[in-house]
Amino acid sequence: MTDHLLSLMTFFPLVGMLVVLFLPREADRLIKSVTLIFTIIIFLISLPLGFDDAFIGSSAMHYTEFANWISIGKYFQMNYHVGIDGISLWLVLLTTFIMPITVLSTWHAVERNTKGFMALLLLLETGMLGAFISLDLFLFYVFWELMLVPMYFLIGIWGGKNRVYAAIKFFLFTAVGSLLMLVAIIYVYYFSIKAGVPFENGFSVAHFSQLDIPAHLQTWLFAAFAFSFAIKVPMFPVHTWLPDAHTEAPTAGSVILAAILLKMGTYGFIRFAIPLFPVATMKFTPFLALLAVVGIIYGALVAMMQDDVKKLVAYSSVSHLGFVMLGIFAMNLQGISGGMLQMINHGISTGALFLIVGFIYERRHTRLIADFGGLSKVMPVFATIFMIVTFSSIGLPGTNGFVGEFLILVGAFESELRVFTVFATTGVILAAVYMLWMFQRVMMGKVTNPKNEKLKDLSARELVVMLPLVLFIFWIGFYPNTFLEKMNPSIDNLINQVKEKQHVAMMVENLDQSVTKVTVNE
Amino acid sequence: MDNNLVQIALQNVNMAAILPSIILTCFGMGLLLINVFLPRGTTRHAVWISLIGLVVTGFFVITGWGNPQYGFNDAVAMDNYAAFFSITFLFAAGLTILMSDDYLTREGYPVSEYYPMVLFATAGAMWMASGTDMMTIFLGLEVMSICLYVLAGFFRGQVKSNEAGLKYFLLGAFSTGFLLYGMALIYGVTGSTKLTEIGIYLNAHGSLLDNPMTLAGIVLLSIGFLFKIAAAPFHMWTPDVYEGAPTPITAFMSAGPKAAAFAAFLRIMEYCFFSMKPEWTAMLWVLAVLTMIVGNVIAISQTNIKRMLAYSSIAHAGYALVGMVAANEIGYSGILFYMLAYTFMNIGAFAILVLAGKKGEDNLTLEGFSGFGYKRPFLGVAMTIFLFSLMGLPPTAGFAGKFYIFAGAVKAGYIWLAIIGVLNSAVSLYYYLRVMVYMYFRDPTEDYAWVSLPATVVISIVIAIIGVFYLGIIPGDVMELAKLAVF
Repeated sequence: MTDHLLSLMTFFPLVGMLVVLFLPREADRLIKSVTLIFTIIIFLISLPLGFDDAFIGSSAMHYTEFANWISIGKYFQMNYHVGIDGISLWLVLLTTFIMPITVLSTWHAVERNTKGFMALLLLLETGMLGAFISLDLFLFYVFWELMLVPMYFLIGIWGGKNRVYAAIKFFLFTAVGSLLMLVAIIYVYYFSIKAGVPFENGFSVAHFSQLDIPAHLQTWLFAAFAFSFAIKVPMFPVHTWLPDAHTEAPTAGSVILAAILLKMGTYGFIRFAIPLFPVATMKFTPFLALLAVVGIIYGALVAMMQDDVKKLVAYSSVSHLGFVMLGIFAMNLQGISGGMLQMINHGISTGALFLIVGFIYERRHTRLIADFGGLSKVMPVFATIFMIVTFSSIGLPGTNGFVGEFLILVGAFESELRVFTVFATTGVILAAVYMLWMFQRVMMGKVTNPKNEKLKDLSARELVVMLPLVLFIFWIGFYPNTFLEKMNPSIDNLINQVKEKQHVAMMVENLDQSVTKVTVNE
Repeated sequence: MDNNLVQIALQNVNMAAILPSIILTCFGMGLLLINVFLPRGTTRHAVWISLIGLVVTGFFVITGWGNPQYGFNDAVAMDNYAAFFSITFLFAAGLTILMSDDYLTREGYPVSEYYPMVLFATAGAMWMASGTDMMTIFLGLEVMSICLYVLAGFFRGQVKSNEAGLKYFLLGAFSTGFLLYGMALIYGVTGSTKLTEIGIYLNAHGSLLDNPMTLAGIVLLSIGFLFKIAAAPFHMWTPDVYEGAPTPITAFMSAGPKAAAFAAFLRIMEYCFFSMKPEWTAMLWVLAVLTMIVGNVIAISQTNIKRMLAYSSIAHAGYALVGMVAANEIGYSGILFYMLAYTFMNIGAFAILVLAGKKGEDNLTLEGFSGFGYKRPFLGVAMTIFLFSLMGLPPTAGFAGKFYIFAGAVKAGYIWLAIIGVLNSAVSLYYYLRVMVYMYFRDPTEDYAWVSLPATVVISIVIAIIGVFYLGIIPGDVMELAKLAVF
């Protein structure tokens, strides 16, 4: 079974989708239960990955599967090539872990057209898992686009007032980026064929990253890839779809969007853009780091001024993902592993924040900060959990956020991005400002609005939803090594590979310059 | 002397080269005869007889695969290229016929002459694809076009249909004039109407582009075909004709005849003018970009779905032209593949429109589609699949087709053309998504009345869905065939 573990995990949601489609439309509870059971089974299927010690010692791909998918004469071969290493391991587990929680959170939130909702969630899960495990760029692209469709409908059908605008904006932004990436993918493919890579290797990332692509081409190709991923991250200034999509999406949609879909962008940088085009990465690093820092500060400042809790959390994502990008482009072990860890952290804590917003929205049908106040007296359990999540989001020591941000800042400070780090650090302070200020206005003080006096505290179901997240907030906060030790070998390997290539490119460039000088002197 | 001539003629007659189209024509003629003896208004038999005719023809086309037949003194070549296109036409005709019967009855024109017309148009299209002589191609084009003029104006009581038929006829006749004039000029230069001989002559005599007669000939010839393809700036007829014609005929026109025009155009360009490839690819580069932009940008502002699909079909012709600009094996086989893919997804989308309409009013505004996905869940999902395929999203046929065509362009070094192409499909996302916005994001304007769906239309939709996914998920086999089919 371990031979096809990844395929089983990826395509099992489709089985679930078919089952759900054949259930009667009215059987609301049944549909939700079946979906929940399916997502839990998928989580259990993926769970052994987390306990596999093979990741500690080796940076290689594990659980690989390879099959010839499409082959056309001597033109093309697209392979079904999947595998998992330390970089994708925790993202895959995060996905399978978040899904049951999301389904559980919809118990009362989604009443209309449950069948469609659940079917789309399961389709989305296949898309996300597939994108994380693809080792063939064509396959990756297929899954990457596949994710758009269910999310578009989730936002558009079950979203808030402005949902149509948000859904179309989400779709167009992401699709435009990925279409340009498609041209770049085709170009790299032909380059590899010309360079003598046998076409049987198809769009294999491993082979593509061994190519010596000339620097000027790398610049364009990297730009195409980076544009696509930057939209997904989202980086300033292409982030504008995110606040709309987040605010309008139903809670489940926001949670998945924040926890997993945004990670596709940062993952894309680590897995594809950087190893494929190391020289261009070097050139673009200051620029992207600048955008990351602008994103950190801008996101935080805008978040501070929001009067809608959900919008605040949405803008905080822009800020947090800025940290992740900064860590990745520090290009050292601390930076990238911090970035990777922060991706998981953001998934957990921002996912949790959206769930919390969902809880109060279900009770009061408003998300405006001004409508609340003093909730901690009425809902003590809720208050405790909200506080833990808030601390995690701020990055208080002892929670997961601290470890991630600390590693990122240390990594970035030690790299050539030192100046950027100084500014990025203000983001940590600003995070404390907007989160605590919001927490204070919503939870502390007296109950000013009489409607809030009789709010029910969290139900057992809601507690079940939140407790696993809280567990991981502390687990990563106190013992991040569980996670780091499995991702570090792969990250180490990536850094060595990229640095080596950058080094060679720099040598060649120096040589060229000295040659030019000599010729000029002559 | 006379005896000799007869012998030569007989030697060169190779019935196998036109066997499939003969069969199809026989079925059409037979059907016309049968209709005489049956009371007016009975049409069911015509549907089944035509379908049997298409299947039998398809059988002969497929058995002839890999065994090219040349006949009539090299005026006809039933090679893989013609066979692949013929299969595309047969699918287009079959899906069209399947969705027609209930529609015609509903609109009050249960006239069984409709079906032989579709069969003759298909036979004409097959001659266009298999013609290797200017005259054969012209004959095929005329047979196909005349049937289409009649079919476009088939609802003689409806003003719009009349307008469509007349417009199509006038403009079509005009463009055929261009085409014929172009052929005549090329004949004047080279002294032959055989495609291969023209090619050999032009190749041997260096660049004849300086010769105004050749230049004019190529340009006029191209105009004639570009008109049929509906490439900008020769697209003006498309929206009106597509909107006014009976919906199944619109579906047919956008897939079959368009593919036929591509088949003939591509063959002529490749056989006759291969020595001037840089020149005509440069011309088509401009036209491809123009066509994509015009189609996509104008489609955005349409509120009638039929019209929107008309403009989108202009844009899709632009994508296919990209494959011609690439002018390499993958670009060409990409066109063949794309035409087949487009047949499934576009006819599928039109089949939904057939079912969405009501008698007299086609009810095809975007507003009319409000909540369509809730009113008719199956049709909603099917329409969504076709729209995603038209957008070019994986894993559908539209994605695979666009991928090959743009890959051909990138391989040939036309990076910018590929980029313009993908940006255009980004524009197209908007208007396709908007249909879904109405179908799913708006509440239905009318009540959820359960309407039973006619089985034949459902069959055509299901075939189209299977085609879209088959060509999208495992395109390898068909693409391999398309590769074997190009020159």
